[in-house]
Amino acid sequence: MIEAILITLSITILIGLVLGYASIKLKTTGDPIVDKIDKILPQTQCGQCGYPGCKPYATAIANGEADINQCPPGGDDGIHKLADLLGVEYKPLNAEHGEPKPKSVAIIDESTCIGCTLCIQACPVDAIVGAAKQMHTIIEKECTGCELCLPPCPVDCIDMQVIPETTENWKWKYPIYKIEQQN
Amino acid sequence: MNISDKIFKFFGGIKPEGHKQISTRNPIKRLPLPKELIIPIRQHVGKMPNIVVKIGDRVLKGQILAEPVANMSAATHASTSGYVKEIKPMNIPHPSGLPDQCIVIETDGKDEWIRLKKIDIENISLSNLLEKLKHSGVVGLGGATFPSHIKLNANRIQTLIVNAAECEPYITCDDMAMQEMTQDFVDGVNLIMHILNIPKTIIGIEDNKPQAISKLNSVLDSSKNIHLKIIPTVYPSGDEKRLIYLMLGVKIPKEKRPTELGIQVFNVATLISIARFINYGEPVISRVVTVTGALGQPNNYQALIGTPIQQLIKDAGGDPSQEVIMGGPMMGFKLPHTDVGVTKAMNCLLAVTDEMKSKASTEMPCIRCTKCVEVCPAQLQPQELYWHAKSKQFEKLTDDYKLFDCIECGCCSYVCPSNIPLVQYYRYAKSEIREQAKSSEIADIARDRNEFRLFRLEREKKERAERNAQRRAQVSDEDKKKLIEEKKVAIEAAMKRVEENEE
Repeated sequence: MIEAILITLSITILIGLVLGYASIKLKTTGDPIVDKIDKILPQTQCGQCGYPGCKPYATAIANGEADINQCPPGGDDGIHKLADLLGVEYKPLNAEHGEPKPKSVAIIDESTCIGCTLCIQACPVDAIVGAAKQMHTIIEKECTGCELCLPPCPVDCIDMQVIPETTENWKWKYPIYKIEQQN
Repeated sequence: MNISDKIFKFFGGIKPEGHKQISTRNPIKRLPLPKELIIPIRQHVGKMPNIVVKIGDRVLKGQILAEPVANMSAATHASTSGYVKEIKPMNIPHPSGLPDQCIVIETDGKDEWIRLKKIDIENISLSNLLEKLKHSGVVGLGGATFPSHIKLNANRIQTLIVNAAECEPYITCDDMAMQEMTQDFVDGVNLIMHILNIPKTIIGIEDNKPQAISKLNSVLDSSKNIHLKIIPTVYPSGDEKRLIYLMLGVKIPKEKRPTELGIQVFNVATLISIARFINYGEPVISRVVTVTGALGQPNNYQALIGTPIQQLIKDAGGDPSQEVIMGGPMMGFKLPHTDVGVTKAMNCLLAVTDEMKSKASTEMPCIRCTKCVEVCPAQLQPQELYWHAKSKQFEKLTDDYKLFDCIECGCCSYVCPSNIPLVQYYRYAKSEIREQAKSSEIADIARDRNEFRLFRLEREKKERAERNAQRRAQVSDEDKKKLIEEKKVAIEAAMKRVEENEE
């Protein structure tokens, strides 16, 4: 009788120790599904989805609080990828959150800028350089085109400029052939 | 050293009708100097060179118009003397039809050279020579336009392979160049062997060029270890990897370059331009262009870079409104505009024949006959590539079907009984995949920057809180009272002043 209890007890303690050790040593930091969703999101950080950035939106999707069709910059492709990842049905983009736009960058009209620093504070990726009462400028390479710098500007000196197609960023198009009717 | 005469046949390939005789009847022709030259600034793979002339400048033949900005860049020269008329984005021979920066030169008819300096090849360091070549505008004239000075920056090369296969139908510019500029060509081979210390050279040439072969046989000295290997006419034997296999039986592994295996490949026209630069100091200002197809008198032209192609087509008995392909019928593309100038990449202008037109118009469904599999020299599964490209399943294309091993040779489209433009689907899929990789890179940077910003804001908040706490801790209770007193006095004084003023 006592032997049986002892054996059971020792097994329990052993398993307990192993599990305890594993829970500390093999702990996953962060939620892997959030990272996977975040990887699909375009990282524009525009907040059109209703969350203050891509990571918070990814977290909300993972928690089932947000739908997969709230990201206009991600577009249709992004929704398809999210649907594939999460094993849910594809839905068209929710128009409440805006429409997909061509990729653009913000341009500051430097002669109008008064140097108020409001846009610098609004930029989610620190892509605006400038100081108080000094002209500001945008690092075009880092700009995600989120448009968050537009509303705070008191003199309306920021414009969104669509990135033009050049021979460098040009892509081969999907082959489409006109069907000609034979007479 | 003995090089086996064995020819290693590669898998697949096709034997299309050559159509080469029509443009080799006459010697290479030269056009009278055009009134205007349209010279695109970037005619190579790599960075856009920096324009160094202004509108109105007089330029001499061979003068640099744009300087290379980085190592992966090349110079662009004026092809004759004249005045810089315009510098602006204009149509260029590019499949997109998008404009790019060009310089228009109004020629003055004098054709006056800059002072040319030949290079003393025995007494120049390799780095100096490469720097000079960078400014010579020499790029791969086979069509890839890869800057040659980068290819010459290699060591331990055991074999130089000269790509004289010219396997694509209709194109005959290398054939004619070998016949008429034999000495320059052989000089080019010898110079490369000398510069890179290469012990042996094999010239790979297809057996459909008997004149060029006999001409080369008469000048080549086999004691110098330059061998001519005559290969059967199979398209695409001129593809770099296919040619290396044909010559040496060596397969270049995926993601490795031939230089890593001690092999370097140069094209005929490139060797000629290297020889002309080193022996005479001449930069690349002209090239041989085959003008052929549905024209009255197909011919080869020694055309100045920037020559309007309509003049070439007209001279060859064509109509400027004709549809024109740049390159050959297999790998070329239809020119979106014909108001463009000759570029370094332009080996052939092919006026579209009725036969080609009829093939392009009727695409039918894939019947899974796998004829394409039998001819694919890269040993891919073209029909699977097509299905997945069509349904935009890009991950499968790269992971399972190795789309990026496709050399876009067009063999699959050629044999397809359903006339499916397979290569166009692959090109589309390739550029989509490249674009996706690029945007995910950009997204990663944006994510990092956003995370750092959030971290920075948090840190600043904490630091401010700490500073405030510290300041509060430093001020003693007495000091605080004193401060309050002082403020009270100041306020009272101010109130008094206000009252006095009111009175």
